[in-house]
Amino acid sequence: MEIFGIPTALLGSQLLVGLINGSFYAILSLGLAIIFGLLNIINFCHGAQYMMGAFVAWIALTRFGVNYWVSLIAAPLIVGVVGVVIERLMLRRLYKLDHLYGLLLTFGLALIFEGIFRDQFGISGESYEVPELLSGGVNLGFMFLPIYRGWVIVASLTVCFGTWYMIERTKLGAYLRAGTENSQMVQALGINVPLLITFTYGYGVALAAFAGVLAAPIFQVNPLMGSNLIIVVFAVVVIGGMGSIMGSIVTGLGLGLIEGLTKVFYPEASSVVVFVIMVIVLLVRPAGLFGKS
Amino acid sequence: MNAPVSFAESKMPLFLGVLFVLGLIAPFAIYPTFLMKILCYGLFACAFNLLLGFAGLLSFGHAAFLGTAGYVCGLMVRDLGVTPELGILAGTVSAGLLGWLFGWLAIKRTGIYFAMITLALAQMVFFLAIQIRATGGEDGLQGVPRGNLFGVVDLSDNIAMYYLVFAIFCLGFFIIYRTIHSPFGQILKAIRENEPRAISLGYDVAKFKLIAFVISAALAGTAGATKTLVFQLASLSDVHWHASGEVVLMTLLGGLGTILGPLVGAATIVALQTQLADSVGSWVTVIMGAIFVLCVLSFRRGIVGELQALIKRSGVN
Repeated sequence: MEIFGIPTALLGSQLLVGLINGSFYAILSLGLAIIFGLLNIINFCHGAQYMMGAFVAWIALTRFGVNYWVSLIAAPLIVGVVGVVIERLMLRRLYKLDHLYGLLLTFGLALIFEGIFRDQFGISGESYEVPELLSGGVNLGFMFLPIYRGWVIVASLTVCFGTWYMIERTKLGAYLRAGTENSQMVQALGINVPLLITFTYGYGVALAAFAGVLAAPIFQVNPLMGSNLIIVVFAVVVIGGMGSIMGSIVTGLGLGLIEGLTKVFYPEASSVVVFVIMVIVLLVRPAGLFGKS
Repeated sequence: MNAPVSFAESKMPLFLGVLFVLGLIAPFAIYPTFLMKILCYGLFACAFNLLLGFAGLLSFGHAAFLGTAGYVCGLMVRDLGVTPELGILAGTVSAGLLGWLFGWLAIKRTGIYFAMITLALAQMVFFLAIQIRATGGEDGLQGVPRGNLFGVVDLSDNIAMYYLVFAIFCLGFFIIYRTIHSPFGQILKAIRENEPRAISLGYDVAKFKLIAFVISAALAGTAGATKTLVFQLASLSDVHWHASGEVVLMTLLGGLGTILGPLVGAATIVALQTQLADSVGSWVTVIMGAIFVLCVLSFRRGIVGELQALIKRSGVN
């Protein structure tokens, strides 16, 4: 079978890769958006925290024999706690300053994390085996679907929509949204805003680490895996605007798919297509697709 | 970002004069290549500081200008055989044009978005530099000859090269100094302090930001082109986002919004990297990151900023 002269198997597998990258973009930009909403900082070490999630899972498996399923919960918790410590000890002292200082601080932290892991594990990358339950694949007729890749998409979408539900439909989410609008007023109403901020940062960081664990069996576990990804995610965030949770999810997935399609039809451009779209969006709709100007 | 401390301006020319003389005799005391590296990064950081320290715009993509100018200059000198001064000029112009394009796009947003847009655009340049054959991909442009300045002075001599780099730095520094102390510079400061007010006073804020961006990018390009001639190499690492981060660190460490801070910061970082490269290897990144964190948390005025505050406090004028 062929569509536009491209075998459907090739098209399908590239779309699948696109969808997977898209789900990582979605989780990461979602985390950035939540953190930005309440803390007003851009978390530059988001990529490093994604990488740490993958490494915690890899270390747990190879050194302590902890399996994938435990890591899927434990790694985000561990990295999330590291995030909480960062927020309590460092970020907290910057809230009264220009927002750019938060960006600079987290940039420095990203360098530190990346450097430490590079010193310990080199840059050649480690491989993480696909868990037994999810190994193998199914033939969908037009293409072959490795089960693990299907699982990644299902798991990330579940987490994304779960987060959306928590923020838009629960009481905790209502506090969070209110805090984003006017944190002083929320504080005056008796809600512990500093605790809410700490929790939010920890949750955003845990989301990044969760994506890292999901990514571990697909990509090489590599100290630089996060920094390569995070800049693309920044472009995704500029395209979508950080005003809407659903907007982040949709933009992330959509751009992943477009990138996958570009790989089929014009592979040379696939590494820059997201940036080109960013330029177009800036020209047409500077506030971003879902942004409030 | 926060307001710079105004240092006893009357003493400034004298102080700069002393530095100028020191710069003239320095290559006889210190290894010239090391000094040239400091001056190249110093100009790069001063150009960056014009944008962040005086216009309040944080560009996280200045490596694109440094690197692109380096490639353009390297290709012109090596493959077309033009003289070095034309190569540097070409690098400067190309970085200025790229800066005009980037600036035009990035000033559509402010603050954090501005930083992310410049970073993303610079990353696009990085990917292009890997793919395009002319840039030599991972290997970079190697074996760029220094050539003869104006076809006469042989630059393969390190001392001759040093004085060229020193002259370029002084010229670039003078342009930045004049820009900051001109009415144009005052308007930039006004925009940094209170943009809505500058708009309501009738200034075309976007135009001023764009001009500042182009000047900054062009001078960053001058630094990159000169650096290519010094090291006879234009490498991929100059367009990498690490280089963009480094220039932020140099400026922050030296003193944001001070005249001499970026040069001091550049000298400190270059010296540290040279010292550490042998002893700690890959921990250099960690140490750079730690300096970043320390600067942001408790040293936001930077070296020069702290010195100025100290002088002010002790009442010396």
